[in-house]
Amino acid sequence: MLILTCPNCGVTGEETEFHAGGEAHLKRFGPGSSDGEFETYLFMRENPKGVHFERWRHVYGCGKWFHAARCTTTLEVFGTYSAQVTEPPKEIRDTISEKRPGWTWRDFA
Amino acid sequence: MSNAISALNGATWAEGIAAVTEAPMQGMITLRGPLSDAKLKKAATTVAGVDMPGAGQAHVADDRGLCWMSPDELLVLCPYDDVAANTETMQSHLGDLHSLCVDVSDARAVFDLSGPHAREVLAKLVPVDMAPDQFTPGMFRRTRMAQVPAAFWMHDSDTIRIVCFRSQAQYVFDLLTTAAQPGSAVQIF
Ligand SMILES: [Zn+2]
Repeated sequence: MLILTCPNCGVTGEETEFHAGGEAHLKRFGPGSSDGEFETYLFMRENPKGVHFERWRHVYGCGKWFHAARCTTTLEVFGTYSAQVTEPPKEIRDTISEKRPGWTWRDFA
Repeated sequence: MSNAISALNGATWAEGIAAVTEAPMQGMITLRGPLSDAKLKKAATTVAGVDMPGAGQAHVADDRGLCWMSPDELLVLCPYDDVAANTETMQSHLGDLHSLCVDVSDARAVFDLSGPHAREVLAKLVPVDMAPDQFTPGMFRRTRMAQVPAAFWMHDSDTIRIVCFRSQAQYVFDLLTTAAQPGSAVQIF
């Protein structure tokens, strides 16, 4: 089971107090984009084995969204961070590099 | 105006390891906005008669108080009959501040879970560490109680006051009385 700390209210809880919101840091392609871009935005996901970035919502708590970095094989949570960013902050990436040297996810490493 | 009664009309149950009592109608006002703003603080503390709580805290004295719901939300507690006047008072303090102030009293139910085993009865239902040194008086926690949302705080040393949605009051009452069945003490705390 995942243990997540909500960066909005500071509560550390187990995953049933939260709700997963899918893959993080998607760039939206809407009206005016090509069919290929729109299809990629809607359907193409990393689905990695290992380091992953996701959106979560503290649904039974403060109600706010945030981001989480975790490992899909061990369920280790590397850290949680603000929903108001478009890429993982440096301290989160550094933490992952210590624990999973050589990791990559999309264009991040 | 019809006579307002609580969801379960004051249901009580005291046959188990903890007593469950539905509290009378409690005035509740949701206040959303920037919690660090002086106007908002003034609006909240004036009608509640207590200081602003910090994150994850509740300042409650009897049926008045302030509960920290989220980084931009407070739950203001006051006597049920004072809600309309207090909402007006709050709105006058808030002025043109981007904020929301609304009566939610009739959308909620309140229960007291009391007795020496109150903590372990609640620990059976919520994913929260209820150990006396972990969940302490003054803390306020919103979480999941079995399958529904709930919020609670220590109202006194062995009474936990629980707030849930009114439409789920019977479910929550049944949960609490089931978790407090005679002979079900775990003696973990
Ligand atoms: Zn939260």
